[in-house]
Amino acid sequence: MAKMRGSIVVDAERCKGCEVCRVSCPTGTIGMAKEVNHKGYYFAYPENPDLCIGCANCAMVCPDGVITVYKTKI
Amino acid sequence: MKKELRLMKGNEAIAEAAIRAGTDGYFGYPITPQSEILEYLMEANPYETTGMVVLQAESEVAAINMVYGGAACGKKVMTSSSSPGISLKQEGISYIAGAELPCLIVNVARGGPGLGTIQPAQSDYFQSVKGGGHGDYHLIVLAPASVQEMADFVELGFDLAFKYRNPVLILSDGAIGQMMEKVYLNPPKPRSSEILEWATTGKPTTRERNIITSLDLDPNGQENFNLKLQAKYENIRKNEVRYEEFQCDDAQYLLVAYGTSARVCQKSVQIAREQGLKVGLLRPITLFPFPSERISELSDRVRGILSVEMSAGQMVEDVQLSVGCKVPVKHFGRMGGIVTTPDEVVDFLKLNIIGG
Amino acid sequence: MIEATGIKNIIKPENLVYKKSSVMTDNVLSYCPGCGHGTANRILAEVIEEMGIQSKTIGVSPVGCSVLLYNFLDVDMQEAAHGRAPAVATAIKRLIPDSFVFTYQGDGDLAAIGTAETIHACNRGENILIIFVNNGIYGMTGGQMAPTTLPGMKSSTSPAGRDVKTMGNPLKMTEIVATLPGTYYVTRQSVHTPANVRKTKKAIRKAVEYQKLDRGTCFIEIVSNCNSGWKMTPVQANKWMEETMFPYYPLGDIKVPVEESVK
Repeated sequence: MAKMRGSIVVDAERCKGCEVCRVSCPTGTIGMAKEVNHKGYYFAYPENPDLCIGCANCAMVCPDGVITVYKTKI
Repeated sequence: MKKELRLMKGNEAIAEAAIRAGTDGYFGYPITPQSEILEYLMEANPYETTGMVVLQAESEVAAINMVYGGAACGKKVMTSSSSPGISLKQEGISYIAGAELPCLIVNVARGGPGLGTIQPAQSDYFQSVKGGGHGDYHLIVLAPASVQEMADFVELGFDLAFKYRNPVLILSDGAIGQMMEKVYLNPPKPRSSEILEWATTGKPTTRERNIITSLDLDPNGQENFNLKLQAKYENIRKNEVRYEEFQCDDAQYLLVAYGTSARVCQKSVQIAREQGLKVGLLRPITLFPFPSERISELSDRVRGILSVEMSAGQMVEDVQLSVGCKVPVKHFGRMGGIVTTPDEVVDFLKLNIIGG
Repeated sequence: MIEATGIKNIIKPENLVYKKSSVMTDNVLSYCPGCGHGTANRILAEVIEEMGIQSKTIGVSPVGCSVLLYNFLDVDMQEAAHGRAPAVATAIKRLIPDSFVFTYQGDGDLAAIGTAETIHACNRGENILIIFVNNGIYGMTGGQMAPTTLPGMKSSTSPAGRDVKTMGNPLKMTEIVATLPGTYYVTRQSVHTPANVRKTKKAIRKAVEYQKLDRGTCFIEIVSNCNSGWKMTPVQANKWMEETMFPYYPLGDIKVPVEESVK
């Protein structure tokens, strides 16, 4: 079976750092940044990008719709 | 097409005129003395002929909010009630004024306060012309004095409502709502199929989305909106004042009265003139905008003014504001559902204005 | 924009699997971090986009946290007085029958001040969708007790916890409207996990389909969180919601169309 590789793009400025995406990620891809955005939130980012499978769970639960997801077979 | 002559109650005339005016929706709730409007419409069942929606709501509150929803779609919608029910509608009316929506509201007024009485009264004047709900706003207020005007003001009311995107109130009372008179009805007009550019009808790709709201959290935005509303009211004051005069040309004393009281005062003028007293009557047809300018002009030529209203004295304040201190202005009226008699008016006039 | 390193070749239009719906505007949502309202707004927009009904949709926003919903959805919208959305929606749908009409209301709006409008719109079987977001609290005004607040639950107006003897019991509006013949489809969902989001989206999609059939009111409750009002982090709040809210407000369909239940 072909392996899926994914990638996410987080709109860091619009992220409110709620971490709901982080706990929804099945592979531990997402972490929270050590620095804050202009609103003062520790925004989400792909801390372990190689683990991403493009399942879109994070985007699905993101209340602010700041995550875009890409996926491809490798 | 010729007008149709019928003998009708005032309430029935409103209902029939609404169907003939091409009204899209009526939303009401029973209350005496206006229930015939809803009853007539349910019996007529115009949905089958014109497509006009008639709905008995669960409350006056729901009914006025249905009017909000329909008006926001750019539809010709109306409601009717009587004083206690109109009080319940005030929240919705404030929202409608704040969202600048056109609609028609009919108040077949009865005596208050509270549950009061089911008999006619004119004690809702302040509520009608000064706003009624919260915030700085006005309704355009039409005061019919006959069954004919009950019918005519439906179409006039809608015209003004759409012209200014403002709610219009027909302020009638239980006497005119219940009395039967002959009435000439306009030929039926089809409902409009026009889609108004500001209305929420579903966003096509050719325009931005339409939002109907009275909310603006930015104080500058909200103040600017209020200034815009005030400019609109000023425009209405300038262009929409309506009144009728009876024997004012040579009058030394002036009666000011609207609706049922104006009918009574017409007789009072006749009685007074038979006694050699030169009395005239000014009948405001629009209560907002109030015919202040004309009353002020007449006050330059008369010796005293009596405001007659079935209330403790509400319209008299607007008469006084129009006149200033040029001549004495007094109020006469009965309350609690009692209709003033013509003789009472003449007696009061003689005792308190002419004799005074 | 933060991009994953070394995977630039994946980020290509042809590999796109998820992006914010075009029916969402670019306005920043006014909700607190982690609030379920944002997710609920977003999936509603997704359904409108996916079903191609943007030009037919007329929405009604309430008074409460989602009062500014009309700033977030790119559809024609009306802002109703507190609790009155079902009455407003009634007239819209009656006057423009081929539109898709929805209300979006919180628990204070729908289950307290708007109880009469809600029950009567459902009882008349108005052909509208009512989306009811229940977080057991008045969020917008600062965390006061709502009719849906759980027994013993603390709020700014029940600081010692809701005492049902003096403050009444939590109201299960969804169960109430399900008993009315006018409702066609009544379900309770949530949007705190990917699986729940998918289910809720499916429920909204069904409601759109049902509205085309003109069979009566569709009513979707979304049990949601209020991190600020509950004084928890979003992740804690979602956990608390599962443990404490769901037993009282169990998820699942409460009333499904007869045709579907016999299938």
